[in-house]
Amino acid sequence: MTRGMVIIGAGECGGRAALALRDLGYEGPVTLVGDEPHLPYERPPLSKEAMASEAPEIKAIASDVLLAEKSIRHIHSVQAVAIDRAAHMVRLSDGSVLPYDKLLLATGSTPRKLPMPGLGSRCVYLRTFADALAIRAHLSAGNRIAIVGGGFIGLELAAAARKLGASVTVIEAQPRILMRGVPAEIAGIIHAAHVAEGVRILCGDGIASVADDGKEVCIALAGGQQIAADLAIIGIGAVPVTGLAAEAGLTIDNGIAVDAQLRSSDPDIFAAGDCCSFPLAVYGGRRVRLEAWRNAQEQGALAARNMLGAGEAHAAVPWFWSDQYGLSLQIAGLSDEGRSVVRRDLGDGAFILFHLAEDGRLVAASGIGPGNAVARDIRLAEMLIGKRAKPAREALGSQAIKLKSLLAA
Amino acid sequence: MSDWVEACAAGDIDEEDVMRFDHGGRTFAIYRSPDDDYFATDGLCTHEKVHLADGLVMDDIIECPKHNGRFNYKTGDARGAPVCVNLRTYPVRVDAGKVLIQVG
Repeated sequence: MTRGMVIIGAGECGGRAALALRDLGYEGPVTLVGDEPHLPYERPPLSKEAMASEAPEIKAIASDVLLAEKSIRHIHSVQAVAIDRAAHMVRLSDGSVLPYDKLLLATGSTPRKLPMPGLGSRCVYLRTFADALAIRAHLSAGNRIAIVGGGFIGLELAAAARKLGASVTVIEAQPRILMRGVPAEIAGIIHAAHVAEGVRILCGDGIASVADDGKEVCIALAGGQQIAADLAIIGIGAVPVTGLAAEAGLTIDNGIAVDAQLRSSDPDIFAAGDCCSFPLAVYGGRRVRLEAWRNAQEQGALAARNMLGAGEAHAAVPWFWSDQYGLSLQIAGLSDEGRSVVRRDLGDGAFILFHLAEDGRLVAASGIGPGNAVARDIRLAEMLIGKRAKPAREALGSQAIKLKSLLAA
Repeated sequence: MSDWVEACAAGDIDEEDVMRFDHGGRTFAIYRSPDDDYFATDGLCTHEKVHLADGLVMDDIIECPKHNGRFNYKTGDARGAPVCVNLRTYPVRVDAGKVLIQVG
């Protein structure tokens, strides 16, 4: 008798994996276990359009009708508490037990906690829809919002808070915002956009202490400055959720360690999305962990194929995006692989920085511009990166030469 | 209904490319395929209402510039996550160097 497929984590990755199993023709039981009360939903809007709207709504990946149609059993509001690898069973927090043939861990990541005392009810993190609703309730005209961390989440929330009329201070301990993965030139443009919209950005100063009396937060910086706020939102990165895997004795290495097929150290257990570290083929197998929507989606689908025996290696190029005000940033590849940069202007202030390795290989492309001005060329760059192309610098830098023409070369 | 409207000149769109066309409060995407045929669909992605004309055309596929949802622009068929709703297509003809679409 077939025991079926069990997926722990009902976010983007787990939800996509469940749907993919059915799309691939799998007919055994598919069970999707999530600890939130909702249908699988898209998280990116939580810091963007949903947050800036009057009443944030869930953008579901699959309706309950679709899940029923596809015979996907969705168990919500429950946590997986233990994996019995020998018996091929998962135990849930409600006491029930699920047998599996193959198990997918799509447990995601959780906000990194600010490691200091003094945080109370006015210090919050954003990960779930419930978190988003709690934050949204404070984003109104006249309220003072402090955002700890000048990364994507913090800056997107800053933009949403400004749109809703709150006053916003962003506190970043690093010398500039978006230190991780975004070139300084592009970070500078985003910084300027925030300043123009009235956001106060304080960089290069760490937090000395936090005092939160449940009505107001007071953040003291090492340099002596004090920031008082009605709400402090902390966005200082995320850590993979690996407890369940670690307890089960699976190898952990900056996430649940998987091979190119997303298989963990147990051949019947896969991991995908934010929770896993994997070898990135396009950079010679460099082990990375990505916290990105597209990666979660692609790895969920790839894990589903490999749970069914496809034996397919991960080959995608990392891709990220962020929307702030009217600006959209897109990055393909990991720019820290690059040693030199070529700039391509696209008009209307939009431009792309191409990052080249020492041997001339295109390894990443970072673009920014109004609307979706950079999208098409970033997508082409992504394909060139995937092909390990070594395009001529002049061609990359010249608007007159279509990037598409380089693909055929 | 024979409400054909002129969208653009045939030469306005490169081969294997797409252009935005707004008409009567609606927005469309007009495509020229690699084998030099013209097609038209609704202009906005069915996932998050992003203008498809900013996306990439490869063979028969238009890819949304935002989240890489894919459609076959000749048939409107959605081709994988995150899109699941097909795009509406419109009849197109080329007449005296003009691309006309039946917006009906």
